[in-house]
Amino acid sequence: MDGIHDVGGMHGFGHVEPLTDAPPFAEPWEGKAFVIGALSARIAGGNLHAMRHGIERVPPSEYLAGYWNRWTIGAQLMMEDSGIVTEEEVRARAARLSGQDVPEPPPPAPHKPQMATGGAGNLRSRDTPPAFAVGDLVRVAEHDHPGHTRLPRYVRRRTGTVTALQPCQVFPDTAAHFVGEDPQHCYTVEFDSRELWGSNAEPFRLSIDLYEPYLEPAR
Amino acid sequence: MTSASEHLDPALRVEALASLLIERGLLDEATVETFVKTYEQSVGPMNGAKVVAKAWTDPDYRARLLADGTAAIGELGFKGPQGEHIVVLENTPAVHHVVVCTLCSCYPWPVLGLPPSWYKDPAYRSRVVREPRQVLREFGLDLDDGVEIRVHDSSSEVRYMVLPERPDGTEHLSEAELADLVTRDAMVGVAQVTAP
Repeated sequence: MDGIHDVGGMHGFGHVEPLTDAPPFAEPWEGKAFVIGALSARIAGGNLHAMRHGIERVPPSEYLAGYWNRWTIGAQLMMEDSGIVTEEEVRARAARLSGQDVPEPPPPAPHKPQMATGGAGNLRSRDTPPAFAVGDLVRVAEHDHPGHTRLPRYVRRRTGTVTALQPCQVFPDTAAHFVGEDPQHCYTVEFDSRELWGSNAEPFRLSIDLYEPYLEPAR
Repeated sequence: MTSASEHLDPALRVEALASLLIERGLLDEATVETFVKTYEQSVGPMNGAKVVAKAWTDPDYRARLLADGTAAIGELGFKGPQGEHIVVLENTPAVHHVVVCTLCSCYPWPVLGLPPSWYKDPAYRSRVVREPRQVLREFGLDLDDGVEIRVHDSSSEVRYMVLPERPDGTEHLSEAELADLVTRDAMVGVAQVTAP
């Protein structure tokens, strides 16, 4: 999906934050948020890809209101999809925790997704051999559906060179929607910065890992 | 009660969500505490620093690390979530690697722990794939024009860690002393390691 999460190359976000040695959680609630998100796939019967898709579906204003905010809402969206909680329940509970005497709505009926899995983690194998080899010129495909993908906007329709074959992996585009793991070959593709950003770009090379369905032979 | 479109304070949302999950037997305080303690105390950049210091002092280990990062890192006992396949990128006087995840905040947890705030921030994610030299300069790293920059966007389940250059003047230091010099920022590629 073309969402707020896909920020590669966007203008307008200003200076980078300063480097600090701050601990992972500035406040206790952030640690709790982390754990809820880390366990959310297990709680919801989902997976890592569905969790990422949850974060992508967080409304832009909420997405930009801090990392642990979008992380928590994303995890909650995945749990809502599985009938674990509702936003109304969370709002009512938040109000009660704040001392308001509001009624709590009844909990939803859980309906966790059922998808066959090839085991823990995301590394898999595939019977068909890789379509591309190191050194091949490839063109990145267009992406035209609102579902989850790991194909960022800024490399679509660009031409690069395969520099490495990475392990075959669960395909996020299908797994996030519980359609199936459909493992895919994965390639590191390298682009010249001018291919991505035009002739005045800073000179550098950019590498990104792309699944085979995202690629076609360059002509 | 706030309406569903109104921003709910995130700390309050987390408390509310946690209390509902705990009530349903889907979460418990002890698990929360264990996870938090793990990522506050045991899984962090001190792990990656040990990997780097060993690579600096043991040429065979360095070769193994660059050939199969996951296995060589596993030799030191570092494995787990977000570390299924780790590729180590070697910085040299001619080539400087820097790592990002433009779509979310993918990061090699077993060696670096959880990502710092700047890594998750849209400013870093949007800009380092477009103007990396300028971004590095803002972080205080001014690379010579002759140094080639290579940016790595972590878009699959492959995770990247940078093996920084060993600074001059550290020949006399032990592996443990070297590990103390290695920073998280250098292992992401936004800084270099400096001698004490």
